[in-house]
Amino acid sequence: MSGIFSKAMARNIFYGGTVFFFLLFLALVYDTERELPTRDNRQNLSAEVIAGKKIWETRNCIGCHSLLGEGAYFAPELGNVYPRRGPEFIKAWMQSQPTGAPGRRQMPNFHLSDEELDNLVAFLKYSSEINTANWPPNIEG
Amino acid sequence: MQYKSQAVAMPYFIAAIGLFVGQIIFGLIMGLQYVVGDFLFPEIPFNVARMVHTNLLIVWLLFGFMGAAYYLVPEETETELYSPKLALILFWVFLVAGALTVLGYLFVPYATLAQATGNDLLATMGREFLEQPLPTKLGIVVVALAFLFNISMTMLKGRKTAISMVLLLGLWGLAIFFLFSFYNPHNLVKDKFYWWFVVHLWVEGVWELILAALLAFVLIKVTGVDREVIEKWLYVIITLALVTGIIGTGHHYYWIGAPEYWQWWGSIFSALEPIPFFAMTVFAFNMVNRRRREHPNKAAVLWALGTGVMAFLGAGVWGFLHTLAPVNFYTHGTQITAAHGHMAFYGAYVMVVITIISYAMPLLRGRAANSEKAQVLEMWSFWLMTIAMVFITLFLTAAGILQVWLQRVSDTPMSFMTAQDQVALFYWMREWAGVVFFIGLLTYLASFFVKGEAKAVAS
Repeated sequence: MSGIFSKAMARNIFYGGTVFFFLLFLALVYDTERELPTRDNRQNLSAEVIAGKKIWETRNCIGCHSLLGEGAYFAPELGNVYPRRGPEFIKAWMQSQPTGAPGRRQMPNFHLSDEELDNLVAFLKYSSEINTANWPPNIEG
Repeated sequence: MQYKSQAVAMPYFIAAIGLFVGQIIFGLIMGLQYVVGDFLFPEIPFNVARMVHTNLLIVWLLFGFMGAAYYLVPEETETELYSPKLALILFWVFLVAGALTVLGYLFVPYATLAQATGNDLLATMGREFLEQPLPTKLGIVVVALAFLFNISMTMLKGRKTAISMVLLLGLWGLAIFFLFSFYNPHNLVKDKFYWWFVVHLWVEGVWELILAALLAFVLIKVTGVDREVIEKWLYVIITLALVTGIIGTGHHYYWIGAPEYWQWWGSIFSALEPIPFFAMTVFAFNMVNRRRREHPNKAAVLWALGTGVMAFLGAGVWGFLHTLAPVNFYTHGTQITAAHGHMAFYGAYVMVVITIISYAMPLLRGRAANSEKAQVLEMWSFWLMTIAMVFITLFLTAAGILQVWLQRVSDTPMSFMTAQDQVALFYWMREWAGVVFFIGLLTYLASFFVKGEAKAVAS
């Protein structure tokens, strides 16, 4: 960089560029908010789903599993576990943990009540109905 | 050390290194749990180990950033810190809060912890990296604001350089974007969408300002190259970082329910994200080649050069590897992501914090540089940790490619756990590379205790 390009010019490009692209980002965020209702399955945000999301959070499920591909990669993706396994399997699975199989990855038992299990399943069902642009590639997640 | 108040940086650096050791121990536990699934179960389930591993990383990097700011700002502004006492009080508040949080994770069931800490008043917990209980989150805000007050007041009364302005901008951004951690809507898509305002706009946004400012500061000191030149580079690099990184947030919005145009915005802008890291590497080598003095602290120069290279590889190359939407469709949420995460965090943020510690710590201890013997050991730790991290990344990448193939591309896709069993060999190799990393870290610790002829006191 020669003497023609001064530090002051570099500074102005930095502030100008940052402001411009941040505003562009905000515009895209604004447009996203307008489009979300057609994609995010908000019409199915029932009281059960909301309670289920809280159970999901307070048991730190994301510490092992991923949900829509985000989280830890230690245990299966759960964004599509509802269509993959169905409600009864999910509940039975949670109740039978930990398997105690030697050397295998273990999931804690969270001692959820029937109502809590139903709420969690409702949340997973709602999650599976979000329009994710056809992700994941197949049912295995 | 030119200003007395710079000394408050020392406890911050010591705490940072201590927590770094804790982070790696929990990393080794998790790595082993990947292949010996019931290791330490039920005492330390994987999710708990992971919370401790990632939260310790964030906290020790924050300690490093704050220590760096306390060291750098007096020297840049040519004035004593506004309040060294406040800095010390905040140190203890942050350390105790951090320790209590980790103990809470380890000894209290997470649901009980949530209930006991007011998660029912404002539910913010249980989201990746933002697992902290409400009081901890509030504590982070209070500490950050008081810290920023201290730094900003110092800046106001002193010389204003580009380096200190960029650093301050980065630190303010860090505090402001953290506020999104208190926003947790019931709507999962919106939850995820704004969660990235903390996570992405931190590590691929404002933290890059901090990174670039710290690197520029150390390069001025160790090379003696003209400030005008270095600060011009600094502006160019952070311009590239934010111009690509802000819209680059879109690469997280492909598959979480956001509109599909993000696949275009995210792919195009994040494909450009390696450019600022490449510029940073060129910058570091260029400045060192044009140096006007031979700084006696060779180790600090090595860390500075290493930061450029490893940040480019980890954040730049490994980021690009899976950032294009058609590729990410298959790699999203696999071990490829883990591979990228490890080398990016190490190369960019771990290494820049060690760079500033390596440069500042001898000065804080009253000498321009450590003895030859201590520096040789420190450089050994550099190579051990860096090469180990390269191998951790390569093994996770291999595991990830296989996982993608078996579980997602194949005509007869395997279930998650079946595919995991198939790639176990790579997890074992990753764990051994992790052991080497830990040996490197212990070597690093040892380098602080090596005696020998110290270099003359800095002017």
